[in-house]
Amino acid sequence: MNYPDESTYGTKADIISTVEFNHTGELLATGDKGGRVVIFQREQESKNQVHRRGEYNVYSTFQSHEPEFDYLKSLEIEEKINKIRWLPQQNAAYFLLSTNDKTVKLWKVSERDKRPEGYNLKDEEGRLRDPATITTLRVPVLRPMDLMVEATPRRVFANAHTYHINSISVNSDYETYMSADDLRINLWNFEITNQSFNIVDIKPANMEELTEVITAAEFHPHHCNTFVYSSSKGTIRLCDMRASALCDRHTKFFEEPEDPSNRSFFSEIISSISDVKFSHSGRYIMTRDYLTVKVWDLNMENRPIETYQVHDYLRSKLCSLYENDCIFDKFECVWNGSDSVIMTGSYNNFFRMFDRNTKRDVTLEASRENSKPRAILKPRKVCVGGKRRKDEISVDSLDFSKKILHTAWHPSENIIAVAATNNLYIFQDKVN
Amino acid sequence: MFARGLKRKCADGDEDMEGALASLQRQSLLDMSLVKLQLCHMLVEPNLCRSVLIANTVRQIQEEMTQDGTWRVMAPQTAGQAPRDRLVSTEILCRAAWEQDGELPAPGSADGDAPDLVSHLCGAPSAPAPRSTQGCVWDVDGPGEDRGSLQKSLDQIFETLESKTPSSVEGLFGDMDSPYYDLDAVLTGMVGSKSARRPLPSSLFRGQGGFLQAGRPPGPA
Repeated sequence: MNYPDESTYGTKADIISTVEFNHTGELLATGDKGGRVVIFQREQESKNQVHRRGEYNVYSTFQSHEPEFDYLKSLEIEEKINKIRWLPQQNAAYFLLSTNDKTVKLWKVSERDKRPEGYNLKDEEGRLRDPATITTLRVPVLRPMDLMVEATPRRVFANAHTYHINSISVNSDYETYMSADDLRINLWNFEITNQSFNIVDIKPANMEELTEVITAAEFHPHHCNTFVYSSSKGTIRLCDMRASALCDRHTKFFEEPEDPSNRSFFSEIISSISDVKFSHSGRYIMTRDYLTVKVWDLNMENRPIETYQVHDYLRSKLCSLYENDCIFDKFECVWNGSDSVIMTGSYNNFFRMFDRNTKRDVTLEASRENSKPRAILKPRKVCVGGKRRKDEISVDSLDFSKKILHTAWHPSENIIAVAATNNLYIFQDKVN
Repeated sequence: MFARGLKRKCADGDEDMEGALASLQRQSLLDMSLVKLQLCHMLVEPNLCRSVLIANTVRQIQEEMTQDGTWRVMAPQTAGQAPRDRLVSTEILCRAAWEQDGELPAPGSADGDAPDLVSHLCGAPSAPAPRSTQGCVWDVDGPGEDRGSLQKSLDQIFETLESKTPSSVEGLFGDMDSPYYDLDAVLTGMVGSKSARRPLPSSLFRGQGGFLQAGRPPGPA
């Protein structure tokens, strides 16, 4: 695997909270803590500038969510965008779903490059003409104008979640999608905003009995009746919506038996799954917990088929990480287009890639200090033992405030987007 | 560091030291966790996942302390006295949190509700469906009272979590056409208003005579 080179894009001051390519990879959307969505578009490759093989430039920026105040509970609802998911393109416009803790919105992003001119009742500035002065009629014509990209909210799906929404997932039927919060999952039809079906509910009758929450959920990429959701206890449930209206009984239950030699008071916390993703093929699911990434075969429930250590050197630091709350950080994970490589983030602006076939892995860093644009990224290494080599960094020097929680991989090419706090990095594979 | 060590057979002075050190570490982890839970509490909207994970950790520590019998042994000399003080102090820690919120502790919740919590401690490894609580007899041989105090603290933490997200909110979802809430109605305590959905504090009903007796004043959550 070639090491990528880099083009860097600095974004606004706010922290990026989600990153997602659309289905063709032409567009890349980011959401931030301030409720804004920024969409980048890949340049058309031109013969003149061969070395600029399709860079991403800002295409559209809009305010998706605003802070709200819930008077009933006397608390503020954050405008932070938790997730963005694209709909497959069906016409000239682009559609995406964006969500904060409580409300999902469907946005339409469309281009306007023509405008009508030659109205009869208005002049060119839009002022009304005195009808008495109009003596002839003309047909307005469309004339080219500077490209304008506008985003309009087409649907608002509100008031269906008591708890915080952590996931949204578009179904392969392109007619429905689901939204999941800590205790419930709801199924929506894109056309209907005042109704949603509750398909999973794990809220106990008595809240005092609550010991487990939903952490992530996703639809199967091909089977529109199948979805999975993960829990804070490190389990994954696969559900079939054809079985019953309320999918409280799972079809499959994935859980790895605990390793008794590694048992500690933090075992449960580090087993909590922060992200679950189907492979593009639909045959596997990948889960991320605090220290590892696991790949599961849908046909084998009792253990994962592959386990990758992301940063095992943190295992001896769990108490400090519990104290400073880092142990609760929710890292995401992604597949590449061919499901052969998986990627996830870590601390110190490091992110890791694992090649499932060669079993090789690499640690890379997303930071301006260490890389110039177009330079090849240098692999990084964390030193665990005593002797630290020149380029290595020791565990105690890691910056835990620089965490890479959100990454995205182009659906077909080796282009990745990495969000490092308030900066977005886009890396592309170097040609030859 | 906080691994559940395998107990060695040999009774050594060193082992006692190790055991005491482990207990201290465990106690400090417990204290840290309870403070975190209380902070969760004071935050405007607690992160439910984090609260649940911390609460589970607390229960786990408590369970181990009970199994080890260190529940009483932990404090020097005054057997039973000091542990209770520690537990009382954590209970006060939690109580202060809901007094800030204006909530009242449910009367008699201590041991009455304890089986709900304990069923998870002494039951088999929890099955995925939390609705099916496994019946488990509260172990009265253990230091029930001390456990009860801590239990009450945890119960009350979850009660307040529950009240932050009251089930009455779900009643709102059934009727999308009506206004979400009528703030004025709630604040002025106008019970007659259709759009006032929030149960009013029982204090508003006192001294109002028969007119407002129609609705049963809501009890503690």
